[in-house]
Amino acid sequence: MVVPRFWRERRHRYSLIGTRCPVCGTVYFPPRNVCPKCGRKSLGKMEEFQLSGKGKIYSYTIVHQNVLGYKYQKPYIMAIIETPEGPKITAQIVDIEPEEVHIGMPVRAVFRRITEDGKAGIIQYGYKFVPDWEELEK
Amino acid sequence: MVGIVTYGSYIPIYRIKSAEIARMWGDKPEHPEKGLNILEKSVPAYDEDAATIAVEALRNALRRKNIPGEKIGAIFVGSESHPYAVKPTASLIAEVIGAYRAHAADLEFACKAGTAAMQNVYAMVKAGMIEYGVAIGTDTSQGQPGDALDFSASAGGTAFIIGKDEVIAEINDTVSYVTDTPDFWRREGQRYPSHGGRFTGEPAYFKHIISAAKILMEKVGTKPEDYDYAVFHQPNGKFPYRVGKRLGFTKEQIKQGLLTPYIGNTYSGATPTGLSAILDVAKPGDRILAVSFGSGAGSDAFDITVTDEIENFNRDAAPKVWDMINRKKYIDYATYLKFRRMIVEVD
Ligand SMILES: [Zn+2]
Repeated sequence: MVVPRFWRERRHRYSLIGTRCPVCGTVYFPPRNVCPKCGRKSLGKMEEFQLSGKGKIYSYTIVHQNVLGYKYQKPYIMAIIETPEGPKITAQIVDIEPEEVHIGMPVRAVFRRITEDGKAGIIQYGYKFVPDWEELEK
Repeated sequence: MVGIVTYGSYIPIYRIKSAEIARMWGDKPEHPEKGLNILEKSVPAYDEDAATIAVEALRNALRRKNIPGEKIGAIFVGSESHPYAVKPTASLIAEVIGAYRAHAADLEFACKAGTAAMQNVYAMVKAGMIEYGVAIGTDTSQGQPGDALDFSASAGGTAFIIGKDEVIAEINDTVSYVTDTPDFWRREGQRYPSHGGRFTGEPAYFKHIISAAKILMEKVGTKPEDYDYAVFHQPNGKFPYRVGKRLGFTKEQIKQGLLTPYIGNTYSGATPTGLSAILDVAKPGDRILAVSFGSGAGSDAFDITVTDEIENFNRDAAPKVWDMINRKKYIDYATYLKFRRMIVEVD
């Protein structure tokens, strides 16, 4: 991904900052400038909203293909995470083997390297998810 | 009163056993296990580095007590494995917590860069320049494969927020001791460090820690028996007990903060994470001596008293150090090489 775009998106990628519609209360992640439900009424009024980083696995898939940059991580887990705030987030699940993952598993966001542009380029950081060990051990 | 307002640590989940490293290099497992008192060490995942560890440690600190980014006046990150040679880790931390007005810089001083960060933040708070500051010690260190450091160099980090209000552990005083001693170094552009073998012990580790500890105890008027806990830099699991004994400390004072036997040497993270493990269990009035060591060489010593405020402090809001030590997944040497990016691919 090109550096300027990643730079513009860094706040939501680093800290799970989305937006909330002050009219109907719906939370969006990635952030939206307009609430699709409220349209013009929400224009220019959307508020920044920090997600808690907690969630549950809604669905997942194990990727075995040798996708560029993931050679050293395959097979890896991509999941849709259901957050208590509402938005569903697509992200990689790490620190767990493919056979251990299951739907409904409590997870929480962590800060990891996402991609890097070769050995000399920029390292892009952002969110991935890990099992919520404290929640699982309860 | 100036001191620690909140703290948090992070240790990656992956471990490699010393016996596995010994198997790979044809060493007897007794060498690391008995000789170094290192049973296993932490390994960063493929997508972890000193910056991601710093962020996780700081987020754990903020879970225990949230300090808004706009109140953070300084961010100092100590590490010898910053992800970039040029591009600070501290600015990434500032962005993550929204601390856009912070004095921010990366520090380097082998394994004592984390405590150097603490001293910088402590001084700025004490001077009234800032309300709160962040000090982080973090590393994902790597020894030459097959070298003695391959058994010890590991990954982990700790973040402290230092301030004046609602202090849970007062920093009564801090001193340093520094000389030009070439016990361990890495030249620019070299992948792995070099070290002076036996030269690393007596004139380096022991001399600097003992000097800094003695200077501090003389300055504040304390004796070893006045301390409930002591944490010393821990390049292996033996040196801390040995330096403690020479200073007059018992194993009981050192045990809680001695992590190296189970996670290896987290370099800039080592003394801060040992201190973090002590704060996980400390009671009001407990007194702690913390002395780091960084090759090259120097030591920073801290005299710390736990306050009544720790009773109101939400320690359980983030994982404790010993919980993270005990939560682990073992990997073999080949996976370790993969995670540490040490496989050379020929086009
Ligand atoms: Zn709406």
